[in-house]
Amino acid sequence: MVTARSNGNNASRLPALGLRAIVLVILSILVMLADTRTQHLDTVRQALGAAVYPLRLIVDAPARLFAWAGSSTVDRDTLERENRRLKSERLLIEAELQQLTALESENARLRDLLDARDRVRSKVRVAEIMSVDANPYRHTLMINVGTAEGAYDGQAVIDADGVIGQLIDPGLKTSQAVLISDPGHAIPVEVNRNGLRTIAFGTGEIDVLDLPFLPNNADIESGDLLVTSGLGGKFPPGYPVAVVSAVTRIPQEPFADVNAVPAATLNQVREIMLIDIEPPAAAEQPNVELPAAGNDSPDDSLDEQDANDG
Amino acid sequence: MASHGSSRPLAMLGSVLVALLLTMMPLPGTIESFRPDWIALVLIFWTMTLPRSYSVGAAWAVGLILDVAQGTLLGQHALALVAIVYVTSRFHLLMRVFPMSQLTLTVLALLALYQFLLFWINGVAGVDARAASYWGPVLSGTLLWPLLAGMLASSGRRRPTRA
Repeated sequence: MVTARSNGNNASRLPALGLRAIVLVILSILVMLADTRTQHLDTVRQALGAAVYPLRLIVDAPARLFAWAGSSTVDRDTLERENRRLKSERLLIEAELQQLTALESENARLRDLLDARDRVRSKVRVAEIMSVDANPYRHTLMINVGTAEGAYDGQAVIDADGVIGQLIDPGLKTSQAVLISDPGHAIPVEVNRNGLRTIAFGTGEIDVLDLPFLPNNADIESGDLLVTSGLGGKFPPGYPVAVVSAVTRIPQEPFADVNAVPAATLNQVREIMLIDIEPPAAAEQPNVELPAAGNDSPDDSLDEQDANDG
Repeated sequence: MASHGSSRPLAMLGSVLVALLLTMMPLPGTIESFRPDWIALVLIFWTMTLPRSYSVGAAWAVGLILDVAQGTLLGQHALALVAIVYVTSRFHLLMRVFPMSQLTLTVLALLALYQFLLFWINGVAGVDARAASYWGPVLSGTLLWPLLAGMLASSGRRRPTRA
């Protein structure tokens, strides 16, 4: 029998096997330590990622094929209707854009008067989400843009409705993005209505963000729009993040219990945008609202947490 | 020996690749938490039927690739796979003579060990995940084992190439 022969072959190697296993376990632990504490293994990750890339393409192929089949078998009527709708939409948007130019120049004038720096203009790059399942322990997405296209670690990811998350593991051709709903993610935000600044934490539920640092007397109510504050330097200011859904004030507790719903539907997007903000050198002093910065400096130190991608 | 000229190496490589694809395949939310550990199952099977001196080394390499594919801590799946492949090759003689019911229970224990190691490393590394979510893959993997073992066994045996 085959088994009998291979047994004899292997029984003598068992001690060596134990040694190998122990060496490999120790090696694994060292690799894990190196991976958490240093950046040295990023190249290894990228090299292996390049090997995994074809597999990702294969996994993504069916979804892509369906999308392609769907779009190439639309009838003429539907296309015409869509075309008409898009044209009218464009007209509306252009009308709004006209106002925007006027507003922009007004804004520039006012900023001149205030002697403030110009806002950092950000470039936007469109990317697509791959139908590839990533890290099972975290809320992540795989996208089809990598360092080859200029993606970088910590880059902000948005869709048409608001902020989605940031890149944590940029590979050569594909990258992983962590969602704002991931329990390890935090994003510095401000209330659009009054500029109240705080931090929104992910909870692990796809449609709930937690705002744990708001005192009971904070001026916040359900329905308030939260936008990125730009503190922390990762996310450009002014993008919608979430809408406050519930404010529970408990008199005995120092902080109110505030929840918010992400503005973007995090589990239904397909097309997303990566925002290029100028790398740190240019964005050294991104906080033009200096006078207010003294009030809540604890936030400033805390919002560095949004980089803690483990 | 069986290693050259037979279709077994091909079957091994093929099954590991398919397992990787199945691991990366998107699944709808509720089923996703019951995604079996395909790689672990396939490696347990091959280690049990054809233990080799390079089994643990190969398991480590596959584990690293799995780590990169899933974006987990580099070395996490590698360590867990090395552990179960080592245990499997230690007891492969015993496991071969087990009846299917007993073998399936052994696989349950191995998968539980695998998930426990992942859970443990996640805990040390500070990755938050509910402990209950680790049981889904163990259950589904155990239920799938008899089927998978039968399929893999026939895949390697298809061509009697040995002289």
